[in-house]
Amino acid sequence: MSLDVALLKKDFPLLEREVHGRRLVYLDSAASSLPPHHVVAAMSSYYETTHANVHRGVYATAEEATRLYERTRKVVGRFLGSSHGEREVVFTKNTTEAINLLAHSWGRANLAEGDAVVLSIMEHHANIVPFQMLAAERGIELRWLPIDADGRLILDELDSLLAGAKLCSITVMSNVLGTINPIAQIAEATHRAGALLHVDAAQAVGHQPVDVLAWDVDFLSFSGHKILGPTGIGVLWGRAELLDAMAPFLGGGGMILDVSTERFLPADSPQRFEAGTPPIAEAVGLSAAIEYLSALGMAEVRQHEAELTTAALARIAEQFDERVTVYGPGPGADRGGVLSLSLEGVHAHDVAQILDSVGVCVRPGHHCAKPLMRFLGVPATARASFGVYNDFDDVEVLLEGLEAAARLFL
Amino acid sequence: MAELEELYREIILDHYRSPRNRGELPTPPAHRTEGFNPLCGDEVVVTIDVDDGVLKDIKIGGQGCSISQSSASLMSAAVKGLPLDEVRAKIATFKTLMSVHEAQLEDAETAEEPEPVNLRSLGELAALQGVVKFPVRIKCATLSWNTLTQGLDELSA
Repeated sequence: MSLDVALLKKDFPLLEREVHGRRLVYLDSAASSLPPHHVVAAMSSYYETTHANVHRGVYATAEEATRLYERTRKVVGRFLGSSHGEREVVFTKNTTEAINLLAHSWGRANLAEGDAVVLSIMEHHANIVPFQMLAAERGIELRWLPIDADGRLILDELDSLLAGAKLCSITVMSNVLGTINPIAQIAEATHRAGALLHVDAAQAVGHQPVDVLAWDVDFLSFSGHKILGPTGIGVLWGRAELLDAMAPFLGGGGMILDVSTERFLPADSPQRFEAGTPPIAEAVGLSAAIEYLSALGMAEVRQHEAELTTAALARIAEQFDERVTVYGPGPGADRGGVLSLSLEGVHAHDVAQILDSVGVCVRPGHHCAKPLMRFLGVPATARASFGVYNDFDDVEVLLEGLEAAARLFL
Repeated sequence: MAELEELYREIILDHYRSPRNRGELPTPPAHRTEGFNPLCGDEVVVTIDVDDGVLKDIKIGGQGCSISQSSASLMSAAVKGLPLDEVRAKIATFKTLMSVHEAQLEDAETAEEPEPVNLRSLGELAALQGVVKFPVRIKCATLSWNTLTQGLDELSA
């Protein structure tokens, strides 16, 4: 293994917990990752030594708080491959809010009745519903890129769907299928059609190298809590000239240049999109998470999770054969560490309940991707997903739990 | 793990594997109601045939986990052929079994002292009492009962 996971596990205090008399095996990182001690310590230290509101105070701690908060934009920018984080990183509450911001501020300024937005059938509701809301309001058309039986986008249809479209919004990695999409190729096609590309990178940023410049995307969104950071902070990254041309999102303090009784003048981006006191401690935690991941190396993280995924797929096939279906592509370069399972004759809820009894945390349900679930023809799956702290032993406990579920319902 | 065995009793597994009164009655004359659990995507379709104040027939469609499916199957067996007032009483007793524990789990300090539930009056349904130790699953168990209530309300409206 490329990472020393036994050593690394010690950084995650929650993994020392026992549930139902068993070691906690956390296989729900696609829903939320666990924070290492470093992240919690950085936030705790910030609150105990520095905390003040940002952008206003002239006293020493307020300036330090502002510096830490603003510094995180650069940290995030560098992590995404951009050297202009201070202008291109907007903090939001999470990925969902980032996409709502995009649909609201960019969408309302640039989309009129009859304009088209291209989505894919494998999107999370967060990358669907904001555009459906816009469609209901503006009369824009939503076009859907289909997937094949292995859970890969059917890119042959991309050019025709993009014809005349203004925006394409696609996930980097499916939170159900684990499919890693060819973003550079999609960006090339999108730009050739004269449209812009937003990528939902919620499942990608904490698990693989990301490079917005090499990919040539226009917008990218992700959440702190899925990359070992805290909840309550997300990011919309956008090319500076695009952000500069967008209208404000939420209104309030912090996002203005001037206010009179007659009118307000919005601040420049990115402050223009950050009304109210922002998530300051969370920004500190996000910096710490990114520094932790950077020290591991994102190529190494990806390699580790790919090895784990390949091994898990092989072990499941070996032990369960036809009894377990895993959706999505087989092992390979475009397969991320998300395993959505169906166990023959056992509903996903029951699978998850029995896995809990052996300490394994997985997620049952539709994973906020109901159009995809309808396409797959399954109402629910049990989803096991990997993080940097998982190892082959965790996979074995997963198999033990699946075997127990199969036995109970035999 | 004892709690897990309490949850997955043999009666429950039996009703899951061999659901009673499965299917849909032709509408009309039957009345059809759909219920959803948006959290997990479970859905149940309850069709009922009410005549002269009696629930003559009931069938259960839809799909879901072992708890929602077995609860629906047990419900159909428990209420089929009963006068509507007895059906309502059965629903009330079952809901009490579920909600009593829900209240205790959520707010042990202020929960009102519940009416004791006569488990014997519930018959096979008592097998579902293990569910209350798993709060997330209570909604699975009550889905079909709430859907039946909705159907009865629609008929009497």
